[in-house]
Amino acid sequence: MSVSGALEKTRADGRSALVGYYPAGFPTVEGSITAVNTMIDAGCDIIEIGLPYSDPVMDGAAIQRAAATALAAGTRTRDVLRVVEAVSGRGVPILIMTYWNPVEKYGVDSFARDLAAAGCAGLITPDLIPEEADDWLSASDDHGLDRIFLVAPSSTAERISRTVDVTRGFVYAQSIMGVTGVRDTTSGAAPDLVTRTRRATDLPIGVGLGVRSREQAAEVAEYADAVIVGSALISCLLENPDESSGLNALRGLTAELAAGVGR
Amino acid sequence: MTTDPDRLGHWGAYGGRFVPEALMAALDELDAGYRKAFADESFRAELDRMLVEYAGVPSPLYEAERLSDQLGVRVLLKREDLNHTGAHKIRNVLGQALLAKRLGKPRIIAETGAGQHGVASATAAAYLGLECTVYMGAEDVRRQALNVARMKILGAEVVPVAAGSQTLKDSINEALRDWVSTVDTTHYLIGTVAGPHPYPVLVRELVAGIGREARQQCLDRYGRLPDAVSACVGGGSNAIGAFHAFVDDAEVALHGFEAGGDGIETGRHGATLAAGSVGVLHGARTYIMQDEDGQIVESHSISAGLDYPSVGPEHAWLKDIGRVRYEAVTDTEAMDAFQRLCRSEGIIPALESSHAVAGAIKLAPELRAEHGEDATVLVCLSGRGDKDMETAARYFGLTDDQA
Repeated sequence: MSVSGALEKTRADGRSALVGYYPAGFPTVEGSITAVNTMIDAGCDIIEIGLPYSDPVMDGAAIQRAAATALAAGTRTRDVLRVVEAVSGRGVPILIMTYWNPVEKYGVDSFARDLAAAGCAGLITPDLIPEEADDWLSASDDHGLDRIFLVAPSSTAERISRTVDVTRGFVYAQSIMGVTGVRDTTSGAAPDLVTRTRRATDLPIGVGLGVRSREQAAEVAEYADAVIVGSALISCLLENPDESSGLNALRGLTAELAAGVGR
Repeated sequence: MTTDPDRLGHWGAYGGRFVPEALMAALDELDAGYRKAFADESFRAELDRMLVEYAGVPSPLYEAERLSDQLGVRVLLKREDLNHTGAHKIRNVLGQALLAKRLGKPRIIAETGAGQHGVASATAAAYLGLECTVYMGAEDVRRQALNVARMKILGAEVVPVAAGSQTLKDSINEALRDWVSTVDTTHYLIGTVAGPHPYPVLVRELVAGIGREARQQCLDRYGRLPDAVSACVGGGSNAIGAFHAFVDDAEVALHGFEAGGDGIETGRHGATLAAGSVGVLHGARTYIMQDEDGQIVESHSISAGLDYPSVGPEHAWLKDIGRVRYEAVTDTEAMDAFQRLCRSEGIIPALESSHAVAGAIKLAPELRAEHGEDATVLVCLSGRGDKDMETAARYFGLTDDQA
C-alpha cells in the first residue's frame, strides 16, 4: 500500500495517521519483526523501519542505544530489507528511515530496486537535502518509491518550497530544533511550521520528534495529518526487563497513541 | 587552476552538504557571513592583528641543518609548533571565534580528540569573551587529563561523550546534536577542513597563511621554491594550509602523509585516502573508512590528531586529480622520525607532525636523485610534542616503572 493511499484513508475518516518508527535488528532481527507486527496490530497506520547506523547524528539517546544494540548483534543492510519484506503486505505502508551513507554504499539505484522488490513504499532521508539528492530523485522515480524530505522550524519559505517540490508521500516536519526523543512542550514552533508548509503544498504533513502520550498525540493531531512517534515506542523495549513485557508495553502505548490521533 | 568549490561547496564529486535540514539556515548564514567578513578590511585587519600580536604568526621557517646533512637534501621546517597553544590550529580558532562574535553568537562549541583543538577553542573563547563547550570522547577524557584541565582552567565546559567508540568522530556527532538545538546562539567551531560547506573552504582560508608565508620565506631566503612539500593528514587542515599556496606551482610536488597505524595491511590505521573508499560522513562526501554496508569503521593511530575515519573533501579531490600524492606512514616510522628530530635539532614535534617528518625522510632519496644536492623539502611542523610526552615516554620505555 502507498503512503498517500493510507493518508487519504485517514483523512477520509476525519483523523490523523499514526506513524510508528522502529529500528530493524533491535533487539534482534526476528525481535524487530515481532515488534513491528505488534505496532501494526495495535493501530499504526504507517511504519518507518530504521536502518541502524554507526553515526546517528540526528538521534537522541533511545534510538542511539537501539541502533548500537542492533549493530553489535550484526544487523546488516540486507537484514533491514528482510524485515521490510516480512512486515509488508499487511495493508500498512512501510518506509525506511536511513542516514545517507549506507544507501550510497549499497548503490542508490540498487537500493531503490531492492526496496521496491521488498514491498517498501519509500525512504525518509534525514541527512539528505534536495540539492544533494539527484541520484535518489531519479532512482525513486524509476522504481516508483515515495521520498520523504524534512522541513524544520529554521527553514526559510524558499527552502520549504524547494523541499516540498521534490517530496512524495508526505512532508516530514521536524517540530522542534533538536534530536529525536526530546520534547519541548512550550515550543510553538510545530503549528507555525505546519502552517508555513501548508502555504507551499497540498501534500499531507507529518510532525515528529518528542510525542510520548495519548494527550500529546491528540494535540499534534489537531494540526498535522500524521503524528510520528519513535523514541517513546523504542523505550518500551529498552526499559522493560524482558521482551514479552516490552512487547506488552509497546502494544499498550501504540493503542493509546492510536486513540490519541482519533481512531 | 581554481581550487575553489562550487556554490554548494563541491570539489568535483566531493564536499557538499549532507546535513539535517535544521542546520541549513545556519550554514547559509555562516557562508554569507564569512564572505562578507573576509571582504571587510576592518575584519581582516583585526584578525591579522590578533594573529601577529597574540598567536605569534608568521611562524619562522627553519633550516634543519643536521637533519639536512643526514638526509642529503635541504629540510625546511615551517615552525607552526611555535604558535600560541602550540600548533597551527590557533589560526583557525581565532578566525572562527572572531566570526562568531561578528555573527552575534555568544557561544561556541567544539569537538576534540586529544584535546588540542579543544584547548585552542577554549583559548580563543577566553580571549574574545565567548562561552565555550567542548565535546570529547569519554575514552579521550580519561587519556588526556592534562588537556581537560587546561580547557577547564581556560573557562570551558568539557562534556565527555559516552556514545559510539567514545572518540573524535563521536564527539563530532555530539557537537552536531548540540548545534541542531542551539543554532540561534551558538557557532560550531569545527577544528579541521571537514564538515558541511562552507567549513572546508572557510577553514582552508583561515589556515592558508601557513603555505603563503612559507612560500614567501623560501623565496626571500633561497630565491626559489621548494621541490616538495610534506604535511601530515588527519582531517587535513595543516596540510591544506601548507599546500594551498603551492597548488599552482606545478614544479612543487605535494605530499600528504596519513596515519598508517600498525600498517595498512592490518586494518588498524587511519589512512583514509590511501586505503579508504568514497562515502558520506560528518556532512560531506569524501574518502572515509567504512565497512561493506557503509557503517563507519574505527581508525587507529598512535597520534590522536590523525585518528579520524574521514578527511576533508578538498583532499579527496586533490588526490583524484593527481595534484597531491597521499601515502601512509606507520606508527613505527613516525616514532623513529620523532626521535630523530628531537636528537638532531632539539625540537620535539607533535606525533602528528612526526608523520610529515617521516614522510620527508622517505622522500629524500628520490628528491636527491631528481634534483641533486640542491634538493629542498618543506615540512609543515604543525605542532609541538609536549602533549605527547606521556605516549612517547611509554613508547621509548622512559617512564620510571620501566626504567
